[in-house]
Amino acid sequence: MKAAISVDGLVKRFGDRVVFEGLDLSIERGETLAVLGASGCGKSTLLRCIGGLARPDGGSINVESEIGFVYQEPRLFPWLSVEKNVAFAARSELERARVDDAIALVGLAPAAHLLPKQLSGGMAQRASLARALVRNPSILLMDEPLSALDALLRLELQAALAHIVRRLGATVALVTHDVDEALFLADRVLVLAGAPARIVLTLEVPAEQRRSRTADLTPQRIELLEALGVSGVAREPGRIIPLRALRAT
Amino acid sequence: MARRLALTFGLPLALLLGWAFLTSVGGVKVYQLASPADVGRELQALAASGLLWKNLAASAERVFLGFSLALVLAIAVGSAVGLSPRLERALDPTLQAIRAVPSLAWVPLLLLWLGIGETAKVTLIAIGAFFPIYVNLTAGIRNVDRKLIEVADVLGVRGVELARRVVLPAALPSLMVGARIGLTQAWLFLVAAELLASTRGLGFMLTEGQQISRTDEILTAILLLALCGKLSESAMRLLERRLLHWTDGLPA
Repeated sequence: MKAAISVDGLVKRFGDRVVFEGLDLSIERGETLAVLGASGCGKSTLLRCIGGLARPDGGSINVESEIGFVYQEPRLFPWLSVEKNVAFAARSELERARVDDAIALVGLAPAAHLLPKQLSGGMAQRASLARALVRNPSILLMDEPLSALDALLRLELQAALAHIVRRLGATVALVTHDVDEALFLADRVLVLAGAPARIVLTLEVPAEQRRSRTADLTPQRIELLEALGVSGVAREPGRIIPLRALRAT
Repeated sequence: MARRLALTFGLPLALLLGWAFLTSVGGVKVYQLASPADVGRELQALAASGLLWKNLAASAERVFLGFSLALVLAIAVGSAVGLSPRLERALDPTLQAIRAVPSLAWVPLLLLWLGIGETAKVTLIAIGAFFPIYVNLTAGIRNVDRKLIEVADVLGVRGVELARRVVLPAALPSLMVGARIGLTQAWLFLVAAELLASTRGLGFMLTEGQQISRTDEILTAILLLALCGKLSESAMRLLERRLLHWTDGLPA
């Protein structure tokens, strides 16, 4: 299968700090890849390089088609209604005609006329997602899109996201620090660690367990947590490890 | 409701009573301070002779012209300087230096260049109103959320489009603050301009009242200035509320 995103020998530095020194990565069409890593390991930088928001210092990045970017914060324009925020991304009549559909797809149709200040955190993030969908991107780059939301809302939006991604058949690169989120949404999970950052673990989520919240994923959870360097994880088969956000580790 | 009215009009009413007291029982002479009744009569006489409207209209027109000129120029120059670091380096230090000159220092030069006609007055008012608008707009543009600009950048919205669709709307709250201060400055400079040389206007009423020792005329002019200033401020606030209903701050 042909890669939708391929990264070859990526080099990225910030001053003296080397974030990547020859990183290779490819994401297949229609695949959802989750990138896990501790805070500051370079996972957001990777996404920003792919999205063209940061300039690599070396290597090459090939992205096959239109990209939609979803940020950690909704980043809505406060003076525009939800509808106009979403329409901001439209360049043509065709894309303008898609605005209503995108808003409906994220479940915000009743709130289309509201201003950002009138939205809850979850609604704002849905609006932001709708804006990313207007250009009908076949690739979605998401930088911790749900990490600012509370736990319940996050579960709800993870389900919504899974549904939307499946409907669109999009290729997704999702950066997150939430192991459960990665296991729920992704087909494949990478763990980045070290400086310069390397891929220390690649894990396929078994096909029959994707988009499900099953305790059968416990071995994968343990493997991911160990790769992330979380100490004190007990290897007891069948036991569900209580997982907290890994930001602090 | 009654409590709110009392809160709003309590102080003006108390001032009026105090004034009436001073001029009647208090023994203050009329050539020092005219009574509210004197001012009322003067106002009536001015209205009857048509002078009231002539003076008001003359002043309002100067303020309007000077302020509009300042607004247009400040938006043009402020946007250019705010959006282009190169232009900022080239223009801003000079403009800041000019701003540091007390604006009344321009008066002699303006009189020499432009004479004592309307142009000089409008220009002086425009100078006074320009800087608050310019300074606030450039600061507003500099403080636009980088993250919003990044969103636009990812979507390929750049250059003039970026300014029109993102930067200027985002800087609008600062622009409105500047415009409000600028309008107050405009009234301030109006009086300065009219005190110097004029044959009509509220500032002219002040000089005339002083020359013929008519405190009622002076007080009438002062009251009218207070009223005009307050009215234009309120109009500005109304406009602000309209344009900035999207902001998430405390109501102004």
